[in-house]
This record gives sequence, structure tokens and C-alpha cells, in this order.
Amino acid sequence: MKKIIRAAALSGAVALALAACGSAPEESEGSAGADGGADFKACMVSDAGGFDDKSFNQSGAEGLDRAKDELGIEEVKVESSAPTDYAPNVDSLVQQDCNLIIGVGFNLADALTAAAEANPDVEFALIDSGFNAEGLDNAKPLLFNTQEAAYLAGYVAAGTSQTGTVATFGGIQLPSVSIFMDGFADGVAKYNEDNGANVTVLGWDKEAQTGSFTGDFDNQTNGQNLAKGFIDQGADVIMPVAGPVGLGAAAAAQEAGDVSIVGVDADWFETSPDYSSIILTSVMKQIGAAVFDTVSASVEGNFSNEPYVGTLENDGIGIAPFHDYDSVVPAEVKTAVEELKAQIISGDLVVESPSQN
Amino acid sequence: MSQATPAPEQPAGSTAPAPRRDDGIEARAQGALREMLTSSWLVTVCALVLAMVISGVLIAAADADVQDAAAYFFARPADFFSAAWDAVWGAYVALFQGAIIDPTASTFTRAVRPLTETMTTSVPLILAGLGLGIGFRAGMFNIGAQGQIILGAIFAGYIGFAFDLPPVLHLLLAVIGAAVGGGLWAGIAGFLKARTGANEVIVTIMLNNIAIYLVGYLLSTKAFQREGSNNPISPPVGGNAEYPLLLGSGFRLHLGFLLAIAAAVFVWWLMSRSTLGFQFRAVGSNPSAARTAGINVNRVYLLVMMIAGSLAGLAGSAQILGTEKVLTDGVAASFGFDAITVALLGRSKPLGTFFAGLLFGALRAGGFAMQARTGTPIDIVLVVQSLVVLFIAAPPLVRAVFRLPSAGGRGAAPELSAPVVKEAAA
Repeated sequence: MKKIIRAAALSGAVALALAACGSAPEESEGSAGADGGADFKACMVSDAGGFDDKSFNQSGAEGLDRAKDELGIEEVKVESSAPTDYAPNVDSLVQQDCNLIIGVGFNLADALTAAAEANPDVEFALIDSGFNAEGLDNAKPLLFNTQEAAYLAGYVAAGTSQTGTVATFGGIQLPSVSIFMDGFADGVAKYNEDNGANVTVLGWDKEAQTGSFTGDFDNQTNGQNLAKGFIDQGADVIMPVAGPVGLGAAAAAQEAGDVSIVGVDADWFETSPDYSSIILTSVMKQIGAAVFDTVSASVEGNFSNEPYVGTLENDGIGIAPFHDYDSVVPAEVKTAVEELKAQIISGDLVVESPSQN
Repeated sequence: MSQATPAPEQPAGSTAPAPRRDDGIEARAQGALREMLTSSWLVTVCALVLAMVISGVLIAAADADVQDAAAYFFARPADFFSAAWDAVWGAYVALFQGAIIDPTASTFTRAVRPLTETMTTSVPLILAGLGLGIGFRAGMFNIGAQGQIILGAIFAGYIGFAFDLPPVLHLLLAVIGAAVGGGLWAGIAGFLKARTGANEVIVTIMLNNIAIYLVGYLLSTKAFQREGSNNPISPPVGGNAEYPLLLGSGFRLHLGFLLAIAAAVFVWWLMSRSTLGFQFRAVGSNPSAARTAGINVNRVYLLVMMIAGSLAGLAGSAQILGTEKVLTDGVAASFGFDAITVALLGRSKPLGTFFAGLLFGALRAGGFAMQARTGTPIDIVLVVQSLVVLFIAAPPLVRAVFRLPSAGGRGAAPELSAPVVKEAAA
């Protein structure tokens, strides 16, 4: 045993030494790449979820990273570990002379509003929430009518379900979560109304605003157990609105066989290749694109306090292609979804949610 | 830090704190030096230094430039060392500038603001730490400050935003509410211990969980939410209920800091000058002996928890009436657990806890700047804090590293060891 340890330690040391044998890079002078925004500093504060939440913090950070790469600006990202960190984090970014400070989530509304009032020279943007004060010239909310896309996904889910039962659940009952569930439930109801069907939704009651939640955005086992419960009750399409916890539901669906998943935030067919074969569609929310557009407008000096609202019309939200399920989704459902989309864009059909900002 | 009265909590056979008789100046000086070298204070400082050194290694290891330079270490080792130095130095300079004073700031206000931020952040740590310290000295390992802070915040917050009262009265009521809330919550653990002998460690930990879910539940009710909003966040407390700012609107430093100083003085008086404090300490060193001596031990358990809880509740008031002004499920952050560390670092004494709270407040306040300026993960601050405690818990290790004379086999924290040993035996 000792010999093995020694051998392992030795080979480890050799590997380390060899790894350290790379050649030194040439000294390079002044290799600043794309500029134009070289003096521009864009900053972002996460909420307590952190930038690795596989959800909106991460999407926001990706948008900022893209702006850094493509516009050649400087970026600073700070994570908050608790709500008490918001104000100090925003303050430390102001101190850093950031030109634009982006906060992720309604949790930062208070801190960002106060900073925007105190620092009229700095521009602020807030994802998923409005500011708490009216008439701030330097504050731009980035909002998403997520319920419109979830509505379409609910319609597709109801139209595809063989068992007549679909389900949804959330991580924690927050407006940014329940807005998905509201739209989903309404979409199913619309399908029932149009087709005289009786598809039931498990896990969310829009009227009462109550439903199933796993209690966090971390524990995939909870998502798996909850999804198993839904599958046992006959659900064959599940939409988990819980960031990485949703992957637990995907695992349960894969195990069960003929159950499909509706992804959220991004196209899960692309982002979760392990489960691509069971992804019916995804409710996409283009936070990254909204952040990128906001940063580039700000770099060009075109920042405005006009709220950005992601809708089906401007592709700020949408549903992903059906990919593997293209042949499974009935043609009349596809046509109906296109029609509904057109109606929503034209304003003939309004999808409402109490969680809408 | 020698005590004027013979303290009952000194375990038998420990060395006398300092020569008390006049044995000549030289003997006194020698005694003083020896006390300084063997004292826990030097160990504390050394532990801090050691923790900073090890954290420095971690900062360097986590730095992208250092990792790049390590790949061609043998080709140009100087790169590696300069990158490592830059990373560590940069991070600690940012920590200092974020916690004490920032000479690079554009205005005087911004330059001195970091120090006031440190003081502001330290308020809940000091208040909760003082409460925990009383418990430790009375032999009770109270882990429940987190829940007690939350309860204090709920009471103070509700009084703060639900009512509209005249200036001084509103603040006074909210602060009293916070103390009552925290005191009652901790009192549950004290009552259960006194009546049934329930282990206060387990009860307080469980009460923490209940408090976290309680605030989550309350924030889902209309009474605690803002009008027209579903978000789990309360309305801001009324202006009359807020702690007045001490230095004007450019700073967040509020009256709570003076409250923390007053609380430290009160705890010193309570523990060192009052009969009740004597009873607390007697129970802490030996409950059976205290009972035999005629002290009502059960009453002491209840009182200790209630006083400790009230102080933690005041820490909650510092959050909700001082800095946050709204109730959220994260209003207590991790202050309740950090306060345990603060109390241990401060040896459960008021003055020690006060400075330990300031130190941890500085680490927290500086951590924000460290993250924003150098990209050092804020978790590194947590590592520094944890390492400090780790080394303080292992004084022989620190003495060995710095070759300090041994303290004659005496544990560095005799008062702490008492409850811990008791828990192990229970």
C-alpha cells in the first residue's frame, strides 16, 4: 500500500513538473484588441444565487462576457452571498467607477434604486424587475413577458400529452418562477377550450397561486422525487422551473421512458445534451441578449431609461424548436401555436400573470 | 486582562493570572512579559497572521495569471513569482482599502467610508457575539443566534413598517420589540433545558431552522408584503423607526454602533460586577457545585438564554432598522454563525468580542472591495475567518509554528472547553 502511495505521489510530482515545462509566451506590447469601448467598464452584481446558478444570473453573466469579447470593454462581476451583500456590492462597483451597473433579479431593486438616485452619472440596469422610483433617467429595467412563451409551451404540452395529464413545478415561489407556471397553466386551459379536451395540470393552481416547489435551486434529488410523483399520477409532460433542479426531473423522465420535459430559460436540447432526446421544447428567455444590447447601447452613448420588455414580437422570449419531437407534435397543434403567437403579437390575445412586472 | 476578583471559572490547578503582590519592579516586568507571551492574545494575533499567509497561497492558486505562469514555471520562474505576488498583494491591498481607508478615492467621504463600513458591519456581529459569550461563560453552547437575529428582525421590522408613530417612541418600541423577540425565541431553548434537560445545542439549531422557515412563511403573507407585489420582501420600515445616521447621509454608520458599545459595557458590568453574573459564571464552571451553593441553576439557564437572545435580537434590529430597512428571508445573512466565531475569538469577554467583531466586520467589508477590484472570490474571506478559528482552537499548533513558550499545558480557552467537554459527555 505504501509503495502504491509513493508511486502515485512520485508520478504526480513528475506530471506537475512536466506540466510546468511549457515555453514562456513572447512579451507582447500594447496588444489591445477590438476597442472603441476600451475605456468602458460594465459591471454586474448577482443575487444570492451566484453566477453559476444555471439560470438568470448565469444568462446575464454570459451576456456581459459576450459584450466584453465583442466590444472590447472591461467587465467586473461581483457575486452576492446574501441579501445583506447587495448594497455593499453595488457601492463597491460605484467606487470602481463603473459606467454601467447591471443587477440581476428583483432582490437588487432596493439597492440599485438607491444607488441610481445617489449617482446620476452612472447608468443602471435591472433584470426581471422595475426600479422602485419613478423618473430616474439613468435606470433601465429589463423585463420579460415570459408568460407569453410559457403559454405556447403549455398549449404544445397539452396537445402532445397522451395521458391527458401534464405537470409543472418550481424551485422557490418567486414571481420570476411562477410567471412561467401561470402561462403554462393558461396554455393548457386554452387547449382544453379550443379542443373540448380535459387535460389537467398538476403542480400549479393559477387562481390560488399555489403549487409544488422543491424549496431551493440546488437539490436535484428533490426535483427527481417530485417529478416521479407527477409521473406516478400520470403526467407525461413536465415543465420544471427550478434551474439545475430541473435536471433531476429530466433524469426521472428519462427513467420513466415515455415522459418528456419542457426546458426553461435556454434551449435545453442544446444546453443539456444528456437529455436532448426527451426535450419537447423549451421556454426561452434571452437575458443574455438583453444584457448585450443594453451594454452596447450604453457604450455607444445611446443608453435610455426606456424599459426593455422581452416579448414574442422582439424574440426576447420564445419557444425552442421541437427538434426530436418534431414528428410527434401533431400538425394542428403546430398551426394553432403559430396562430396563437400571431394573436399575442398583434395584441388580440393577452396572457396575464399576477407575477408580471 | 487579569481579573480583579478571583474568578470562579478558573479551573483548579491553573496558573495564577499575574503576580499580585509587590515583588519588585523586575519580577513584575518579567511576569508581565511572560503573561504576554503565554497569553491567548498573542496566540490570537499569530493565528490571524497564519490564516492570512495560508489564504494568500489559496488566492495565488485561484488566480488565472498565476495558473498561466505556472505552466511555464521552469522556462521563466520569475513570472510565476511576480504573478503570485501581484495576486496576493493586490487582494490584500484591496481588502485593506475596502475595510480601513481608501487613498485612491476621489473624495474625502469616499476615502474614509470603508472604515465606517467596517464599523457598520461589525454591529450585528458584536451584539450577537456578546450574547453568545454570556452563554459560553455560563456553560451553554448556544448555536441559535441566527434564529434569534431573525426573530428580532421580524419583531422590529413589523413594528417598523406596520405602525406610524412619533420619532423617538417608534424607534424605541421597535428596538424593544427586537430584544423581546430574540429573547423569547432563545427563552424557548432555556426553558426546555431548565425543565426537561433538553440539550440546548440541538434545540437552538432546530429553532434556527424554524425561524428561517417562519420568516419565509411570513413573507408569503399579504401582511408582510408590499402593496401590489408578490415578491417576498417587506415594505421599508418607517423613517421614525430607523436608527439615526451618526455621520450624515454619505455613510451608513448608524446609532446601532453606539448601542453595541453600550451593550458591551452592560455585559462587562453584568458578568464582572453583578450578583447575577457571578451566578452565571458559577453555573458555567460547575453546575452541581453551584446548585449545592444555593444557586437556582434552572433559573440561570433560562435567564442566560433570554439575555443572550435579547442581544441577538438587537443584532437583528441593527440589520432591519440600520442597514437593510426591509425584511427579507436573508436579513440575518450568516451573522448568527459568524457571531459564534466572533465570541470564540473574543474569548467570550466583552472587550475581546468587541474587537473580534470589528475585525470580522473589516474582513466582510473589505471582502466586497477585494472581489470587485481583483476578482478574488468572496469565499476567500470566509476561508480567512475559518482558518483564524481553526488555529485559535489549536493553540499548541500556533505556539509550535511561532516557537512561543508553552502556557504550561493550560488550554488557551478554559472557559470554552468546559461546555464542549460537557457536550461530549452528554
